[in-house]
Amino acid sequence: MGFGQLPYDVAHLLGGAVLLLSFVLLYQRRMAAVINAFATQGALLALAVAWQGWAQGAPGLYVTALVAAAAKAVLIPLALRALVRRFGLHRSAEPALGIGAGLIAGVALVALAILVVLPATTGAGALAREDLAMALSVVLLGMLMMITRRQAISQVIGLLSLENGLVLAAAGVRGLPLVVELSTAALVLVLAGVAGFFAFHLRARFESLDLSLLHRHRGERAEAEQP
Amino acid sequence: MTLLPAILSQLLHLALMLAAAPLLVGVVRWLKARLMGRQGPNPLQPWRDLRKLVRKQPLLAENASVVSLAAPYAALGATAAAAALVPGFAHGMLLAPMADLILVAGLLALARFALALAAMDVGTAFGDLGAAREMSFAAFAEPAFVLAVLAFAILAGTTNLDAIGTLLQEGMVGLRVTLGLALLALLAVALAENGRLPVDNPATHLELTMVHEAMLLESSGRQLALWEMQGALRLTLWLTLLAALFFPFGTAGADAGPLGWLLGLLAWAIKLGVLAVALAVFESAIAKMRVFRVPEFLGAALLLALLGAVFLFLSTGLA
Repeated sequence: MGFGQLPYDVAHLLGGAVLLLSFVLLYQRRMAAVINAFATQGALLALAVAWQGWAQGAPGLYVTALVAAAAKAVLIPLALRALVRRFGLHRSAEPALGIGAGLIAGVALVALAILVVLPATTGAGALAREDLAMALSVVLLGMLMMITRRQAISQVIGLLSLENGLVLAAAGVRGLPLVVELSTAALVLVLAGVAGFFAFHLRARFESLDLSLLHRHRGERAEAEQP
Repeated sequence: MTLLPAILSQLLHLALMLAAAPLLVGVVRWLKARLMGRQGPNPLQPWRDLRKLVRKQPLLAENASVVSLAAPYAALGATAAAAALVPGFAHGMLLAPMADLILVAGLLALARFALALAAMDVGTAFGDLGAAREMSFAAFAEPAFVLAVLAFAILAGTTNLDAIGTLLQEGMVGLRVTLGLALLALLAVALAENGRLPVDNPATHLELTMVHEAMLLESSGRQLALWEMQGALRLTLWLTLLAALFFPFGTAGADAGPLGWLLGLLAWAIKLGVLAVALAVFESAIAKMRVFRVPEFLGAALLLALLGAVFLFLSTGLA
């Protein structure tokens, strides 16, 4: 498949939209906006996976899309919103690294992902290659978000958005077994649960979700480095 | 392509751009008023304002130099030249071989330069403030525009707007992530260049927030009419440019007869109308940004354009 054919174009565009939402996540400061962006990314991911299922003729991917839509576009954002309401975190999501520096680092990471993926996959079709590059970019941007944010909830969102990239990569490759997909989805739900528990615990101990407070307890200076 | 249709379409295009510019501003104002539940002025109101302003005697500050007199003509001339280059209803106009996107960016920069000079000429605080803000925004908006142009140049192999439009209309390029990223970047640049809402409020005279209006405080009469016309023409130019790059459907080909032109005109009017409605809805829904956050907003646009170009460059280079 090449450019100018509808299945390719739409898959490419949806993958690009998921990547773009990763940048929106990096750009937003406010907690509510970050959660909304994450929910949108989940919905777009579900669309992308469903489109891949149609384009590849693989009905298993529809289940994946359904799981992604239910978990990432509805359930996890609702839980996060409840957490935010409970902790009264509506206002703050101050990044440790500045927004501009974070975005520049993001573009550099996308370039890195393309440089790594394209030479490594010379045998595969164009669709798989560029989709893989975009998926790896989403993974790297999720990691970047975990590095640049101080709030525990923002870091959890970074982790979940990283997993979005993994699902995008898996959907682009033919023949992903459903069992793997389901276990990954289950893993993410467990992760979200653990992260929520972690946030509660942190809150109970320090009365804050700002992770820079933890530095003192690791025997480092507060400015020394980010977790 | 023969010479006569090229000249005819070029003249018709320029005349239509000039005639439509104040009307477009009026339509956007009317739509915004309707969306806010007000009656709204007649869409022809900007034309009436212009007629009134032209008849009035201009008042100049005592220490105004020749810059204040000449700058509006230079700005309007540069903007009109740029407007003549952007294909509206038909390809293959007389100036089409010269319609380079970088030339359009340069002419717009020239107009902005004249505006900033005129604002600083008299030496009032507001004029200087507005000029400084306009220039600091431009430092982000112009590179973003040029990077988006770079992406189109990689896709189409040329920076000629006419050729790019024809290529996109044929659909050979397909839907690309880069096009989406360039669209977002150019939308942000267009909002900043025209002083529209998240960047600057076109309807306010509140001192602390204004950018474009602050630069025009010292002009009156004929000069003010020229500046208003220039602003309206710039808005029309940008909407036409966005339509030419991202909605290239229905534009008449180079050798289409008058019937093709008629269809092209209809398509152009529909595209401008849709963009005007989108602009009005967007401006009604969004609040103005703090001035200090605008460079961040435009910096994000710059990075999106860079991302699109990098994506395209690497994937075409390594594929």
